[in-house]
Formats: sequence, C-alpha cells, structure tokens
Amino acid sequence: MAFEGLADRLQNTIQKIRGKGKVSEADVKEMMREVRLALLEADVNFKVVKDFVRKVSERAVGQEVLKSLTPGQQIIKIVNEELTALMGGEQSKIAVSNRPPTVIMMVGLQGAGKTTTTGKLSLLLRKKYNRKPLLVAADIYRPAAIKQLETLGKQLDMPVFSLGDQVSPVEIARQAIEKAKEEHHDYVLIDTAGRLHVDEALMGELKDIKELAKPDEIFLVVDAMTGQDAVNVAQSFNEQLGLTGVVLTKLDGDTRGGAALSIRAVTQTPIKFIGLGEKMDALEPFHPERMASRILGMGDVLTLIEKAQASVDEQKAKELEQKMRTATFTLDDFLDQLGQVRKLGPLDELLKMMPGANKIKGLNNLQIDEKQIAHVEAIIKSMTKAEKTHPEILNSNRKRRIAKGSGRPVAEVNRLLKQFEDMKKMMKQMSGMQMKAKKKGGFKFPFKPF
Amino acid sequence: MSFFKKLKEKITKSTDNVTEKFKDGLAKTRDSFSGKVNDLIARYRKVDEEFFEELEEILIQADVGFDTVMKLIDELKFEVKRRNIQDPADVQSVISEKLVDIYNAGEEQSSDLNIQQGSLTVILFVGVNGVGKTTTIGKLAYKFKSEGKKVLLAAGDTFRAGAIDQLEVWGNRVGVETIKQAEGSDPAAVMFDAIQAAKSRNADILLCDTAGRLQNKVNLMKELEKVKRVIEREIPGAPHEVLLVLDATTGQNALVQAKTFKEATNVTGIVLSKLDGTAKGGIVLAIRNELKIPVKFVGLGEKMDDLQKFDPEKYVYGLFAEQIEQTDE
Repeated sequence: MAFEGLADRLQNTIQKIRGKGKVSEADVKEMMREVRLALLEADVNFKVVKDFVRKVSERAVGQEVLKSLTPGQQIIKIVNEELTALMGGEQSKIAVSNRPPTVIMMVGLQGAGKTTTTGKLSLLLRKKYNRKPLLVAADIYRPAAIKQLETLGKQLDMPVFSLGDQVSPVEIARQAIEKAKEEHHDYVLIDTAGRLHVDEALMGELKDIKELAKPDEIFLVVDAMTGQDAVNVAQSFNEQLGLTGVVLTKLDGDTRGGAALSIRAVTQTPIKFIGLGEKMDALEPFHPERMASRILGMGDVLTLIEKAQASVDEQKAKELEQKMRTATFTLDDFLDQLGQVRKLGPLDELLKMMPGANKIKGLNNLQIDEKQIAHVEAIIKSMTKAEKTHPEILNSNRKRRIAKGSGRPVAEVNRLLKQFEDMKKMMKQMSGMQMKAKKKGGFKFPFKPF
Repeated sequence: MSFFKKLKEKITKSTDNVTEKFKDGLAKTRDSFSGKVNDLIARYRKVDEEFFEELEEILIQADVGFDTVMKLIDELKFEVKRRNIQDPADVQSVISEKLVDIYNAGEEQSSDLNIQQGSLTVILFVGVNGVGKTTTIGKLAYKFKSEGKKVLLAAGDTFRAGAIDQLEVWGNRVGVETIKQAEGSDPAAVMFDAIQAAKSRNADILLCDTAGRLQNKVNLMKELEKVKRVIEREIPGAPHEVLLVLDATTGQNALVQAKTFKEATNVTGIVLSKLDGTAKGGIVLAIRNELKIPVKFVGLGEKMDDLQKFDPEKYVYGLFAEQIEQTDE
C-alpha cells in the first residue's frame, strides 16, 4: 500500500536511535538524512523534502528532543506532526451551491483517471449525500471517451449528458447545466478531456468552460504514481484555473505516493479524495492525519475502526466473543465471521491498515485471493447442519460429498478443517490468557484460509 | 568527451525531422536538467558536500531512478577525490561522462522490433492503467499499415468501460480490422479468436491490447500470464514482442512496474509514452541501467505519427544537447 516503503525506512532509522538514552546533534543529523532520502525515494518533491527536513531538524535539535527522556518517541512525534501539517490540517468536503445545480469540473493529464473518478464521485454523491447528479461527457477528443462515461452511467444507473464529439465542450457544458436545471439535478459533474498543463490551446478551453459554467469545485485528478513532475502539473493547473481540490488516484497500487505530500504543500490545494481501485465504490475521503500515521508505520487504525463500526453487527460480535470464550465456536460461526469481515472490504487492504502488519514477515507481500474465500464459503455451505456443529463426525464419505457439492478437491476440505481446528485451539489459548503484545517474531497469524 | 563528439557528428549527418521532434519533445527536459546543472556549477566555488547534495536533487528531480542517482553520486565523489578536483566547472565533464556510462551500461541493445518476415508477428501490450496502451497501438498500427503490412488489432481490454470502442475507433481511423468480443469476456479467449482470425486472413502483424492493471494485483497479473500462454500455445515463438507501456511522468514506481511486468510476461521492450508533456525523462536511464530492458518507442504527442522509434543517441542528444554543443568550442 501507498506509503509502506517510507514507513519501513523511517522505522529503521528510528530503531537506531530508540536504544539510546540520549541523542546528540550528530544523531539528529544522521537521522534527518535518512528521512530526507526516504522522502525523496517516495517521489516527494525535493523542495518539499527540504522544507520538511529543515522544520523537523530545527525542532529536533531544539530543546524538544535533546532534553527529552524518550528522544526516539519525540522524533516520531515531531515527524508525525509535521507530516500531518504538510498534508493539510483537516478532512475536506464537497461544496454545495446555494443556487443549484452545484457544478464540479474534473480536470487533469491524460490517463490520470478522470472519467472513472467522475463515475465514482457521482455514486458517492448519490449514496452518501442523497444527491441527484448529472454526468457530462465533455471529452470530445479521446476516442470512445464519451462511450466510457455512458457505460459507467449505465452501470451506476446515472444520467449522462452528451452531444457527441462534434460539439465544443463549452457548448456541451452550457446545455448540460440548462438541462440539469430543467430536470432538477442538484449536481453537475463535467468530465473534461485529459490535457497537458503546457498545452495553451487546451488549457484555454478549460478556462472557457470555467468562465461559462462557474463551477463550485474544480478537481484536479492526479495519478498517485506521478514523480517529481506532479508539483509542476498541479501548480500549472492551479495557476490557470484555480483548483479547489485534488483527487489522488491509483493509490491501491504499490507506489509510495509522495506526490500526495508535495501537491498539497506546493499548491495549498487540499487533497479531497483518494481512488483505491477500479470498482465504482473505491473512492474514499482523504484523511491527512491517518495518512501520516500510515507513513510512520503506525497503522491506519482509525479507518479500520470506522469501517468495522459501519459494517459489523454489534450484537453478533458479542455473541461471537461469547462463543470464542466458551470455545463453542462452530463452522457456522466461522462462516458468519468471514461474511462480516468481507463486508469491511478487500482483505489485503484491511491487513495493511493494521498497526505493525508491515513488520510481520511475509505479510508484506501477502495477497489474499477473494476467490479462495469464496471457496471456503462454498465448502462450509455444502455441509449439513450437524456437520457444521460437530465437524468431528466428518468421515471420508461425507468429505467426498462436500467436495462434490462445493466443487472443490477433498484435500481442500481437509485443509479447511485442519485450519478450523487450529483456530479453535488458538481461541482456547487466547481466552486463557490476555493476548499480550506480540513478542518479537512470535506472532503468528491465527488462520489462513488459503 | 569523445563520445559526445562522435554523437554530434552522427546526428548532424542525419538532420531529419525526427531529430527535431526529439529536440522539441525534450526541450523542456533539457532546459530544466542541463540548465540546472550549469546554474549549479556557476553558483558553487567549491566542490563540497552541499554541492553534491544539490546535484543529487537535480538528478532526482529529473526522475532518474533513486538508486541510480545514489550510485552516480558515489562514483562522482570518488572521481572528484581521485582527480583532486576543486573547481565545480571541472566536475561538469565528469558528470556528463558518468551519465553516458550509466546509459551505456545497458549494453548495446537494438530498439528494432522482432518482426517475422513472411509469417505472423504477434505483439502484446501491457502496462498499468492510463499509460496509453491503446493509443500506442493505434499509432503503431498506423506505422505498420503505412509500411504496407496487413495489421489486425485484438481488443483484449474487456474490462474498462469503453476500451473496446476506443481501440475500434483507432482501427477505423487507421483502416485496420479489430477482433473483439463483448465487454467482460475472457481476454484470453479474445486473443485466441484474434490469432485464428490473423491466421485465416494472412495478417502480418497482430497487435494485442490488454486491460491496464496495477502490478501489485497478483490475480490480474496471473490473468496476463494466461493471455500470454494462450498466444504461446497457438503460435510457437509468439508473442514476438511484449511491450510495456510506461507513462513518462511516472516516478520511482516505473521501475517496480518494469520489474514486475518483466517477471510476469518477460517484457522485451518499453514504450515511453507522454514524453512530450513531462519535463523529465530520467527514468529511462534508470530502467536501462537497472533492468536492461531497451526502450523501443517514445510517444511524443497525440497525433497518429507521434510515435517515434527510440534512438538512444538522439535521446541522449536531446537530453544533453547543451553539453554536446559545448564540446565544439
């Protein structure tokens, strides 16, 4: 996930200092070099890095760290605070015009993900804010761009306004807003063509659209993998159009995403959303403070908790806890639990949010195949009620039947049963003692259904 | 500096518009890169730690791979010490030398495509989302068509909305046929169909589009391996080229992309797209240096003929034009 490499690096650096009782100025300098390299390696713009390192080392060399009893902790704290500050103070919202429709313009380079993001944003507006958006296909240049938005519109059951690729984008925007007023759409999302920030003619076209549509928001869509140039792109779009927000896409890749830090720092434009996948609901608000703690390898616990609260049935969770304690946990409960966990989202994303997860060997590159979980579900669902409660009655005949019913090999049925047994054993141990903080290297993942 | 001299002689002989295109496309790169190096050298009186730090930043800003920069700086420091260089002006020649070294470390690799004479050549295109795979295919189809070849396109991006139509529009524009199935169908099946069609129509070139995928999505990478396997099975020796399309604006992640896609599909070459827009092209150095994959084409604009064969010498010329011109004096 995005900032993993950075987190590892900073943690290694801090590890060096942690053991020491006292930190010298030379130590701070050494560490700042590491911080600097880590940030540069993560594609953070070098100017931003410079400022950042200067600020952190000023505070570090100042009394804060040198006099502190826990210098390592202090430095983590400073780096964390500065990182959060760098990425902007708070979480951002979407504007609402007091004279609807609210107009949002999506702009950016080619291939950044404008059209996909436009689709995602419309879904978010409808689902979370109960709005009625109209999508506007104003990319008349790229072959089949209009078709792409129309297809997304169909998938989402969202109206799409288009006039083909022979009408100027300005005219398309004009008619679209008119239509939105007539049909009482409260949001208009204009998907513009990708263009280079140095292309004067096409940038002029965007200015014309802006002039006419008077958008309440202009979102710059930026690929999270962008290198040092991200700053130039963002700055140029900002100077010419006056951006109100940035959407960072493709953050589900393994890029370190330093662009996030630099764009915000250099343009002062808030990052409002992040794109985390190709599914239409994979758009999330950008939380600077969470991103900062993720950078430091402290895990994104807040998001995890928020997700869990949104999708886990508390009553069920209590029952489950009871069952775990009394070790009357059955395969049925297991199935239930799987279902609940899956509601939280893709499992590998969840793992990445766990504090220290990137420290566990093997987990770093662990890929969880959602299909394999579906297989586990199929196997359990192919059991009778009695079998699910008393798996010990499963003989080879029954297993063969289950294998047939689920379309999986018998070996897989056996593996699942073995894992389930192991899991039960672990639960017994866990209920026996308080699960203390993991010992070094002694932490094993409770079960692997794959 | 004899390398630059030779280069210059070669280039001045071939004063075609391709060189101009390279120069135009790279004008921004050159301005920001060598301009900065010159500025740096003018500002410093002494070669010290700070000087190197700033040089490091200039290189990093050009998106030259991070490890490559570190290596280069270390080597420079060593050379400066060995030759006892004090004056920053003298470092300039060492910088150019070392950059060329790094560039040449990728061995002599041809940027020619492995084209089968008299039988079908299959070229598979891979890459992450939004790098310009489909556009590159359109441009390349145009190139082959104008060379008098019979070209067929395979619409292997069955996932993204509108992707099939996008390829088809390119096909119609160029005047070549597109083999497709419905959106959501198995891309391997599309490839199978396309190969059968290419065989029965006696096509010379089959260009295979695939859906963009982030390299850390294991399942999608496996799907790509399957697509490749199907092609291998149907035509021994195919795909004759696997071209990874890279967005020139991409930072350090481009290296990871190249590495992972190489592991999955044995990438034989790189197409560096959108080089006209970005101020940087340094990632090419890193890729050559660290992965030994040759760059075969660069995309320098949005027009049909804006795909140019990658010529390393011209590229270096564009990148270091100022330094080269100075060797004249």
